[in-house]
Amino acid sequence: MSSTVAKPGDLPDYDYKVVRQFAVMTVVWGIVGMAVGVLIAAQLVWPDLNDIFQPYTHFGRLRPLHTNAVIFAFGGCALFASSYWCVQRTCQAKLWGGWLVPFTFWGWQAVIVLAAITLPMGFTSAKEYAELEWPIDILITLVWVSYALVFFGTIVKRKTSHIYVANWFFGAFIITIAILHVVNNMEVPVTMWKSYSAYSGTRDAMIQWWYGHNAVGFFLTAGFLGIMYYFVPKQAGRPVYSYQLSIVHFWALISIYVWAGGHHLHYSALPDWAQSLGMVMSLILLAPSWGGMINGIMTLSGAWHKLRTDPTLRFLVVSLSFYGMSTFEGPMMSIKTVNALSHNTDWTVGHVHSGALGWVAMISIGAIYHLIPILFNRAQMYSVKLVNTHFWLATVGTVLYIASMWVNGITQGLMWRAFNQDGTLTYSFVESVVASYPGYTVRFFGGFIFLVGMLLMAYNVFRTIQAGNERSEAPATQAA
Amino acid sequence: MSSFWSWWIIGLTVTNLVLVTWVLFANRKVAVDDQADPENKTTGHVYDGIEEYDNPLPKWWFLLFVGTLIYGILYLVVYPGMGNWKGVGGWTSVGALEKEQEEARSKFEASFGELTKLPVEKIAEDPQALKMGGRIFANNCSVCHGADGGGNFGFPNLTDGDWLYGGSGEKILETLYNGRQGMMPPQGPVIGEKGVKNVTEYVLSLNGLEHDAALAAEGKKVFNTVCMACHGMDAKGNQMLGAPNLTDNIWLYGDTREGIAHSIRNGRSNLMPAQKELLRDDKIRLVAAYVLSLSQQETESMEQAPEKPEPEATTGDASAN
Ligand code: HEC
Ligand code: HEC
Ligand code: HEM
Ligand code: HEM
Repeated sequence: MSSTVAKPGDLPDYDYKVVRQFAVMTVVWGIVGMAVGVLIAAQLVWPDLNDIFQPYTHFGRLRPLHTNAVIFAFGGCALFASSYWCVQRTCQAKLWGGWLVPFTFWGWQAVIVLAAITLPMGFTSAKEYAELEWPIDILITLVWVSYALVFFGTIVKRKTSHIYVANWFFGAFIITIAILHVVNNMEVPVTMWKSYSAYSGTRDAMIQWWYGHNAVGFFLTAGFLGIMYYFVPKQAGRPVYSYQLSIVHFWALISIYVWAGGHHLHYSALPDWAQSLGMVMSLILLAPSWGGMINGIMTLSGAWHKLRTDPTLRFLVVSLSFYGMSTFEGPMMSIKTVNALSHNTDWTVGHVHSGALGWVAMISIGAIYHLIPILFNRAQMYSVKLVNTHFWLATVGTVLYIASMWVNGITQGLMWRAFNQDGTLTYSFVESVVASYPGYTVRFFGGFIFLVGMLLMAYNVFRTIQAGNERSEAPATQAA
Repeated sequence: MSSFWSWWIIGLTVTNLVLVTWVLFANRKVAVDDQADPENKTTGHVYDGIEEYDNPLPKWWFLLFVGTLIYGILYLVVYPGMGNWKGVGGWTSVGALEKEQEEARSKFEASFGELTKLPVEKIAEDPQALKMGGRIFANNCSVCHGADGGGNFGFPNLTDGDWLYGGSGEKILETLYNGRQGMMPPQGPVIGEKGVKNVTEYVLSLNGLEHDAALAAEGKKVFNTVCMACHGMDAKGNQMLGAPNLTDNIWLYGDTREGIAHSIRNGRSNLMPAQKELLRDDKIRLVAAYVLSLSQQETESMEQAPEKPEPEATTGDASAN
């Protein structure tokens, strides 16, 4: 345990305030984003829920709110918190940048709040995961450039001779997201809240999915691999399994991911060569992706017994299993003949959430459970038992979500392609919607269970912080 | 694609794959001698207490990586992918689509082609054909006309024997091939708000709906000067124009006073999309036969109505009026 707790005094005076802020907001936005997820899941079961407060609560407006809130607010805050923590401690340098540091926090929160206002109002640029309109895009760019300055400024200031692997991943994520964001959001504003993409037709689609896929590859994968490379060895108290493996899978992952976007546009107007290349690169991506999983899981060899007592470690390890699962599923789905079945069905949604709930959310939760006690000066979380309960709720919720979407996806895919002998379609579209109801209901319960876990986490974090405050006040009074 | 961009793509792809392969092979061996120091083969760096072992790449993982690389290269030889390179397999997505369509067409023509050469009325007598027509309807028409053909606000009911454009096989085919565009120009500017009010009462009276008789009498004059041209003297409609019968209490836009007044004041414009570019000939004929059968069932059941017990017969009568 001692290795995981910061020893004040013998190290530089790190900037923990911003890490604290981002860590707490991770929990807050996680709850908001997933609550919206549960609401839209419920709308697909009970369509009347669209009418709570029309037009703001319509599925079409809340869905992008969900994706933006979970990816950029929840995921984003987790990445900021953990990268700021990791880069300081592995470089033994305080965050560089002065006022830029609080600017990244407040700027990012402003982006999130603006998103939460404009999306329900119906302002959207209609590009998935890049729906926010141009004024917000500009703010994002400013915050992101500041983030890059702070991060790389700190790396430059480092006192260690080498740069730790986790920072390679964080660095690649920061640079690539900057490029993706700027290129994909090239748009012509016509009014304050309306703009049109600078690209058109197939080119627009390709740029959108080059962006979309790398939002997955760099935001939801490379960034979180950075989290993995710091928190897994730290929590397990074991050295990273293989330095060689980190080198190979890092370079392979970041160079191949950028090619794979074409698999989102199979059987579309995209030229054949771009589709095939997207598919080939997605298949080659399997091994580099699994490299990260192996490196994380094998780090535990010699420490497996810790899983029995440490629920935080369990979060981290199970997230790696889901990561392995979704990065096996992804390459399979990019094979054209498989995609012909899976595309546009709930299978995609299941794949998304095996990555999003199983990998992204679980590893973030694990990292936050690791950080909170240290940040707030506590030996451990207020209740380790509650962490354990949260672990089981999250796992069961994720499994229910994914399994129901697989069943739905394959059912839909098979129904849509079923032909009668006479060449007509066997089922009308609405019949496949009816067949999806049971799956939607199960998904709703799965999501709900996951959300309950998040609420337990909020309570636990709150009590830990409270107890931390009491503790840090106590010695002060003694001294006086 | 110009050959410059083609080579650009090939160059980038090959460079990337070669570099990745090089990184993979360059890191295959491990630097630290694991015999000498079997227990603690770390790289020697320590970051915030984290160390790194220098373990070799797992063999199965290495083989998996090499396997996918080889598969990828073979795929790019056989299929298009490298810029303008067509692939030795000659595959194109358009070619694959056309092949499948051709297969489906020949299969279909072999089993049902003959049937579709008959007049629509004859096709409608074949239960098998009606089943197919029903499926075509469910997939292409029900979004607008309802799963049972019963219509929706603005979309006509196809089962009630009341036709905007005529219910013979030929007329239905005409509707399907070319589509229809029902257009009633706004009458508010022509007859004024008072005229709208009066003629609305008159239209209500024609359908036995609750109305103001005095206003309706005024409205009748308006009708006979303005509306008659399209809706006919007796207000029974005109199938040449798609002007609906205004006396049968069957409504495209509902039977409310406001709804009717709205139609008159602001006019209506409605579109049945032409199917000739969307569906094959044989499918259009099959679905036409199905539509025909929908209204025939209705007429038959009305004919049978008197044989049924009393109460149902009266409701049948009421709706027929
Ligand atoms: C986009 C909606 C839409 C679709 C799809 C559609 N229709 Fe229509 N259809 C209409 C509308 C609207 C009208 C009425 C046009 C008018 O008022 O002039 C109409 C009219 C008709 C009529 C004439 C009714 C009459 O009373 O004369 C027939 C027959 C018909 N549709 C059959 C079909 C069939 C069969 C299909 C499927 C192949 C189909 N429609 C698909 C909207 C649609
Ligand atoms: C130029 C021809 C034309 C004239 C003049 C005309 N109508 Fe129409 N009317 C139509 C057509 C065509 C439709 C069907 C519109 C559609 O398909 O949506 C229609 C529809 C209607 C409807 C809606 C019927 C329903 O089923 O909901 C009403 C009511 C109506 N007309 C009343 C009148 C009255 C009253 C006048 C005179 C003041 C009038 N129309 C003048 C062509 C005309
Ligand atoms: C309580 C947990 C959650 C629930 C109940 C939930 C529910 C949903 C629902 C109902 C949809 C819409 C699916 C559709 O259109 O058919 C959706 C989409 C999506 N969600 Fe979630 N979600 C949850 C958590 C998350 C998390 C944590 C993330 C990411 C980190 C995430 C990322 C996404 C993405 C990217 C999409 C878009 C998928 C696509 O376009 O294919 N979700 N979610
Ligand atoms: C090797 C890794 C991966 C590959 C090759 C891959 C491949 C794919 C494919 C083929 C699709 C379906 C495209 C379609 O039919 O429309 C898809 C969708 C998606 N994947 Fe992955 N995937 C991988 C990993 C991941 C991970 C780890 C996550 C999340 C953390 C993720 C998130 C998504 C999202 C959000 C979508 C939905 C995009 C949309 O809105 O349509 N993927 N992926």
